[in-house]
Amino acid sequence: MTPANFRKLAILGCVWALLILAPVWMPPLGGYTALGTRVLVLGLAAMSVNFLLGFTGVLSFGHAAYFGLGAYGAGFALKFLAPSTPLSLIAGTLLGGLAGALLGTLIVRRRGVYFAMVTIAFGQVFYYIAFQWSSVTGGDDGLRGFSRQPLDFGAFKINILSNADNFYYFVLFCFAIAVAVMGFILRSPFGRTMLAIRENERRARFLGIPIERHIWIVFTLSCFFMGFAGALYALLNNFADPRGLHYSQSGDFVMMAVMGGMRSFWGPLLGAAVFVVLQDYLSSVTVNWMSFVGLLFVLVVLFFPRGLLGFIRGKAAS
Amino acid sequence: MSLLKVENVSKRFGSLVAVSDVSMALQPGELRAVIGPNGAGKTTFFNTISGFLMPTSGRIVFDGEDVTTLPPARRVWRGMARTFQITEVFPELTVRENLRIAVESASGFRLRLWQSREESDTVGARVAELLQMSGLTHKADRLVGELAHGDQRANEIMMALALRPRLLLLDEPTAGMGDQETYDITRLIRKLHRDQKLTIVLIEHDMRVVFHLADRIMVLAEGKMLAEGTPQEIAANEAVQAAYLGKAAA
Repeated sequence: MTPANFRKLAILGCVWALLILAPVWMPPLGGYTALGTRVLVLGLAAMSVNFLLGFTGVLSFGHAAYFGLGAYGAGFALKFLAPSTPLSLIAGTLLGGLAGALLGTLIVRRRGVYFAMVTIAFGQVFYYIAFQWSSVTGGDDGLRGFSRQPLDFGAFKINILSNADNFYYFVLFCFAIAVAVMGFILRSPFGRTMLAIRENERRARFLGIPIERHIWIVFTLSCFFMGFAGALYALLNNFADPRGLHYSQSGDFVMMAVMGGMRSFWGPLLGAAVFVVLQDYLSSVTVNWMSFVGLLFVLVVLFFPRGLLGFIRGKAAS
Repeated sequence: MSLLKVENVSKRFGSLVAVSDVSMALQPGELRAVIGPNGAGKTTFFNTISGFLMPTSGRIVFDGEDVTTLPPARRVWRGMARTFQITEVFPELTVRENLRIAVESASGFRLRLWQSREESDTVGARVAELLQMSGLTHKADRLVGELAHGDQRANEIMMALALRPRLLLLDEPTAGMGDQETYDITRLIRKLHRDQKLTIVLIEHDMRVVFHLADRIMVLAEGKMLAEGTPQEIAANEAVQAAYLGKAAA
């Protein structure tokens, strides 16, 4: 085994050990399990944004739209279709992913700033729909009146509604599946074309890679992941909020990804953890908690341009 | 039959005519050099062939098929490959990864989510072969962005070769290189041309390289074709000497 492979395996082991044992080590440090669940869900969203940003080099500032659609999709399914948690996840994932696939066809011809602007514009369209269409979405109050359902395995049921640990492990299981799929794609020949596009679009094009088609596929995939994360978010809160669609939420996801480290697979999860923990702690101290998160973000970008994880890795390597 | 036929191609940018009514017919196995003073339209001409730019008028026929409006990727699938005047590589990936992406694209694995062991081994073997040919084997696991300019250029040419092209377009392969590097690249191009019978179009400023390699030379000046012929004919052509070689000799 090469040292690089060994290091990768070691990182992988550490990440999963920390995640699996979170309900054990978080409470003594002043945390609580639901906080860990939140980190997982928002971390998955940040990793989905980074799937596009860090590995394909395409910045979307409207990904919250697909996150929010995932949340509403899950909420609608629970409220109007059937009281089933798996069904709600499927509904949310499909709603976010299909919307991304459709709008992606209009978006992928744009590049750089224009791409970011168009993604914001489409994202805001969904925000205003959710905000205005009160009879269906609950408007500003959000979609209420549903709750996550026990997991029914026939022989036995698992209560994930009132048992925080059970719900954490359920979310961790979902997170693991999504992340495994992401990792699998990134290691494939298709995943390498993503890196090629990030590194040098012109060269990629002249290696016979149809850039627009590949960016569309990656955009769509990341929207499916986003929808999945959004659906989990709705289950976490038993509530879907129009602010989950807003572009400021998209900005938060980008911030988590950049703060944690866009070039590393796990970076956005670390970014989400820092973001969520700071928010949890600071918002109980001051209403201006975002100023402090913003300040940290500026410092990270200035001094660790490769993000927190990139910085830690650089230290470990030297 | 000619492999590439360029028929009366013109390219305008607003009121500027960068290329004006240029034609060219390229035989399989031929090495054609395109020369001309700065701003003669050589690179623009190149860009219309490779699909980087669409010509304003005229036709480009590759292997009997009209490719004038085809996007670059589709021309690559039909057997065209090019390098750029300013080296275009994947700087934050290793040499091996750079070549692997090229080989996988050429093998049609672009959309594949998995590879069998045999396929992966075949790709690996092809990458090793390209590394060997370029002399970059001992630098295979270095990031391309960290390599010397000459090595980056060799890496770019190898990526183009990984596509198994039938037509290779090289835009100033020796630009910005020292004597040794120029010599190495020239030798590599000569090998590709002589041993692999590759059809090559080459833009080049270094006259030693041009006269050493080219079967035929085409001279562009101010977007127009000034002359075309064997190296001897071009060297003897008075119009060329006046427009170009005269200046270089002086």
